[in-house]
Amino acid sequence: MQFKFELEGGNFSKAGYASSQIKKVLKQLSIDSHIIKRVVVALYEAEVNVVAHAWRGIVQAEIDADKISLILQDEGPGIPDIDQAMQEGFSTASPAVREMGFGAGMGLPNMKKNVDELKIESKVDEGTTVRMTTYFSVKGE
Amino acid sequence: MKVDDLVKELDLKVFCGKNGLQEEITGGYTSDLLSDVMGHIEEGMIWITMQTHQNILAVATLKDVAAVLIVNGASPDEETLKKGEGENIPVLGTSYASFEITGKIYQLLQKA
Repeated sequence: MQFKFELEGGNFSKAGYASSQIKKVLKQLSIDSHIIKRVVVALYEAEVNVVAHAWRGIVQAEIDADKISLILQDEGPGIPDIDQAMQEGFSTASPAVREMGFGAGMGLPNMKKNVDELKIESKVDEGTTVRMTTYFSVKGE
Repeated sequence: MKVDDLVKELDLKVFCGKNGLQEEITGGYTSDLLSDVMGHIEEGMIWITMQTHQNILAVATLKDVAAVLIVNGASPDEETLKKGEGENIPVLGTSYASFEITGKIYQLLQKA
């Protein structure tokens, strides 16, 4: 099953839509509720990152029998130092975004904690691609 | 303790999401940082916050919280209200500050 959603920089009203749609689908597939929660936390954070930092982006979700793969591809400023961005508390969010309660530097760490695999590729002034994979059963089983 | 019991006990305002008033509250989490809430709140908890914009609904529904309680006498933004009407998660309000209302709710939940 494949899904595609669009994100717009600065449009926070759309952030969370992909997450809630994916949550519904995973529920219908009777995926373990703990796994659903983790996937949804990671996807929501990733959506917010695109809206808070990039100009526009797309979310692609592919659900197979054993896993869900999420790709968020944006056109945006990119991340010059991914290791630094992964550090808890590091944020480049604008004051307006922080005022909404985002930009605490917890997004990327939250994503890492909640998926099995996280890969980030980024080019400054071009954009960022985030790939996240979560397996429905314990790996190796 | 049901959301409805808490509303009566603490004279809370119900802004929207009346369909969820019969949900059981299992605990609470007080925070204004959305990522912190995403990371730490659990299903069935009441979320106490000063945030009023519509993203509180996204976080609340994604995490299946029992209710959102807005403090300091603030009201949800118009978009939050509009969106919240269709959701089953009550958005509540109180004139108390976070510290005080958290203490009161904590005590009530300990007793229940």
